[in-house]
Amino acid sequence: MSKILKINGLGKTYNSGSRQLTVLQNISFDVEKGQTFSIVGPSGSGKTTLLGLCAGLDQPNAGTVELCGYDLQTLNEDERAELRNKEVGFIFQNFQLLPTLTALENVSVPLELQSAQDASSRARKLLEKVGLGDRIHHYPSQLSGGEQQRVALARAFSNRPSILFADEPTGNLDEETGEKVIELLFELNKDAGTTLVIISHDLDLAARTQQILRLKGGQILTNETTATF
Amino acid sequence: MAWRDAKASRVRLLLFMASIILGIAAVVSIQLFSQNLTDNIQRQSKSLMGADFIIDSDQIPNERAQAIIDSLQPDALEVKFVSMIAFPKNNGTKLVSVRALEGSFPFYGTIETLPETAGSNYQKTGGVLVDATLMLQYNIVPGDSIKIGELTMPITGSLKGIPGSTGISSSIAPTVVMPYRFVEATKLLQFGSRKEYQFYYNQPTADLAALEENVEPMLDVQNADLDTHTSTSERLGRRYENVGSFLNLAAFIALLLGCVGIASSVNIYIKEKLPAVAVLKCMGASRKQSFLIFLIQIAGIGIAGGVVGTAIGVGLQMAFPYILKEFLPFDLIINISVQPLIMGVLLGLFMSVLFALLPLLRTWYVSPLEVLRVGDSSSTDSRKAQYIVIGVIVLFLYGFTFWLLRDWLFALAFIGGVLLTFAFLAGVATLTMKAIKNFFPKRARFTTRQSLLNLFRPNNQTVVLLVAIGLGTFLISTLFFTKDILLAKTEIGQASDKANLITMDVQPEQLSEVVNSFKYSNLPVIDNIPIVTMRMHSINDQLVNNLRADSTAQIRGWILSHEFRTTYRDELIASEEVLEGKWIPSQNAEETIQISISDNLAEDAKLSIGDPVVFNVQGVLMETIVGSIRKVDWANLQINFSIVFPEGVLEDAPQFNVLTTYAATEKESAGLQQDLVQKFPNVSIIDLRQVFTVVDDILNKVSWIINFMAFFSILTGIIVLIGSVRTSKYQRIKESVLLRTLGAKNKQILTITALEYLFLGILGSLVGILLALVSSFLLALFIFKEPFTPSVLPFLVFLPGISILVLAIGLSNIRSVLKSSPLEVLRKAR
Repeated sequence: MSKILKINGLGKTYNSGSRQLTVLQNISFDVEKGQTFSIVGPSGSGKTTLLGLCAGLDQPNAGTVELCGYDLQTLNEDERAELRNKEVGFIFQNFQLLPTLTALENVSVPLELQSAQDASSRARKLLEKVGLGDRIHHYPSQLSGGEQQRVALARAFSNRPSILFADEPTGNLDEETGEKVIELLFELNKDAGTTLVIISHDLDLAARTQQILRLKGGQILTNETTATF
Repeated sequence: MAWRDAKASRVRLLLFMASIILGIAAVVSIQLFSQNLTDNIQRQSKSLMGADFIIDSDQIPNERAQAIIDSLQPDALEVKFVSMIAFPKNNGTKLVSVRALEGSFPFYGTIETLPETAGSNYQKTGGVLVDATLMLQYNIVPGDSIKIGELTMPITGSLKGIPGSTGISSSIAPTVVMPYRFVEATKLLQFGSRKEYQFYYNQPTADLAALEENVEPMLDVQNADLDTHTSTSERLGRRYENVGSFLNLAAFIALLLGCVGIASSVNIYIKEKLPAVAVLKCMGASRKQSFLIFLIQIAGIGIAGGVVGTAIGVGLQMAFPYILKEFLPFDLIINISVQPLIMGVLLGLFMSVLFALLPLLRTWYVSPLEVLRVGDSSSTDSRKAQYIVIGVIVLFLYGFTFWLLRDWLFALAFIGGVLLTFAFLAGVATLTMKAIKNFFPKRARFTTRQSLLNLFRPNNQTVVLLVAIGLGTFLISTLFFTKDILLAKTEIGQASDKANLITMDVQPEQLSEVVNSFKYSNLPVIDNIPIVTMRMHSINDQLVNNLRADSTAQIRGWILSHEFRTTYRDELIASEEVLEGKWIPSQNAEETIQISISDNLAEDAKLSIGDPVVFNVQGVLMETIVGSIRKVDWANLQINFSIVFPEGVLEDAPQFNVLTTYAATEKESAGLQQDLVQKFPNVSIIDLRQVFTVVDDILNKVSWIINFMAFFSILTGIIVLIGSVRTSKYQRIKESVLLRTLGAKNKQILTITALEYLFLGILGSLVGILLALVSSFLLALFIFKEPFTPSVLPFLVFLPGISILVLAIGLSNIRSVLKSSPLEVLRKAR
């Protein structure tokens, strides 16, 4: 199996007034292509910072990130954006839909940024797949939390990403809705053969992934495989 | 709590404050200036006239009038007339207003001269005082001589100011003061020349009201007038009050625009604070407490804005005397009175609180339940409160406008007009937006579509921005178009078939020689118009003297004592059009004489076709009837007449002629003027090219003042725009970061933002210019009665200029948007 994400000696510090705050320290791990991977840890353990660095949303102070064969440090911001647009999908805890766009338009955005000709029809199909075929012209404010997260799911898969980062995907949903969204996430992931990296403090959710990385105080506590594939 | 919360949002609150500062500054400065003007006019009332009262007449007073004048014992006498003068030193010639004075006029104020003593001793030395600017223009110094009519006199000093002459009137015909005893020798007071006799009285104890009540009607019958210093200053005060009201309204519009900006910004501010208010309510804060937190903040902003605006206003009003110098017949002494200062602070408080009340009400009605779920909290109660607040706002605006204008109907019209303009701009903006949303091609590029969709984002201020940009553009474009119309009206002397040199008061015996002078100078005689002066003796069989005494008569007063300058000819001229009746080209003396009168004369004298009018033509009564009524384009700088006789009637009456010509260059014009003044000192020459320059200069000054006021609106619009950009900054960063996370490049994000603001700028300024086109067209049609050919300049300059300005402001914070770390924003949004 080839590695889609290679993290080596990653470190991140922030300046907090006159003090330096170390958020991540000497983090190294790999994610195999097609693998489901979870990063768990208590609040403040550096999970979201790590996700941001993995996806090229932020720059590390130490170490390297290789995503889809590209060393992110060698890419400029626009090149990193282009890589994300082609290879990466995102799901956020608070959905992060553009409020000015309908469900259909939101799902089309990554494709439109690529100037894809069939953006609308592909977005429509994905929305039908997540069960929102009858709500494609609704705006985010007209949708429930679960529906908004399903739109976000459809958007995350719209550019057929090689790797999908999900940051607390059920954090803002009730248990039942959260469960449905997770089912859908894994189903879509299986269909598309995408690598899935989930950040969560829900250990039950983490247990459903093939590999679990535990963080505490910005350092790796454990990195264990739960199943083979 | 209000203070703690305000500290956290101080930048935004400061921007709210900035929105009203300029409006307050404008209102306060103009209020202070108007008050100073009124005080100065009252204080200087006597020195403006130079006497306690005057009696004037545009002819030598008749026996009865002279008896009244003498019985009141005048202390000084003046005859005022317009004439050509020549400076022998360099052969320069100029049309001037000659004031020949006898006695120690003025009794109040001074004749300001250089050297200073010249004003007091010119009578003794028998010299002349000449307008200072005129002397500079012709390179003349005291000691040089001046030829007035047949008389050449020494110039004693240059004249800087004299009671009774204003800057504007003296720029067309500058003032020349000479001793009365030499007038006879000038031989200028001949038949036909326009002159005014004035008798000045130095009687500080005189009962002016009684004089106005008793003597004025007696003098009126004898074609003379009595004016007291109080009535004259009241008239002057009213004239400036109108200017003041206009400027006040312009300032008030800037303030309103700022208030709309405040309302819009506070709306978003409060919307963002609602969850916090709901939390406070959950913790037991009462509706009043949570409402007061924000009311106190806004009131604080209002008072602070009022104080800062008032301070700027005080500084600004110091500039007004310099801007308006040319229009003021006196030096302005600036005093700072308390009333406008208090008004400025209170206006800041009331306007900001009133306009912020609508959004503030939401804190009152927000349910603590919204902590758990954000929803629509509008209820019947809140809607009722909204209507009440809107009613109070309109009432306050009306009340303030009424206070400014002191006329309930004008105030109503102004408020109606302002609401209509705002509503129209907002309506056009909303409709255009809807049209774009519905009809914009779905296949357009993502960046283009996204930029337009941004205009509809939640909490958008699109309509307010379009109103702000549109109103600013509307104001400057209307001023520009109106100035165009006014200048077009005065544009003369460009084509050689139109006269630009008018020679007046040519006596019959001088006519052939004057015509010859034209020929020698190779100048064509375009018009040779005979003028016969006359007064009305009876109108519709009622004697003018009886009509004067009849207080129920509907005929306008000026008709009854006016000396009409009439002409006779057999055809209509270009500026005339017969509206009623039939134009009679010529008649025999035996037939009933059918005259043609202008439509305004017909209206003022209540005359219609067939009505009899008897004229007194220098002692001879002439019976006529109204044969036709003409529409006359008075704005056309042609020689127009209210009364035109047919040929064959007035040829033998005492008359003088007006000759016109076209001189292509100033040199040709000066050559003819020198020649004529030398040969015929009584002849006056008006060079329309010079008049045009003066008119252009006045219009430039007026438009400068108006532009100055429009500047406040534009600057307020810009502040509202900056406020809006700041208010939506975080939302913009969030959206841009999200797009970047999804793979958008910086260029794409930049394009989206740039297109959004460019669209706002183009739409706002286009709506403003189009609205200005409509209003200027209506002004041209109904007020100026001129064809309107719009200039393309606003489209070429204002449209791109304002659009680029809006774009620049919009992009001003894009750097921070592009530099924000996506992770940080996504974290904050959790």
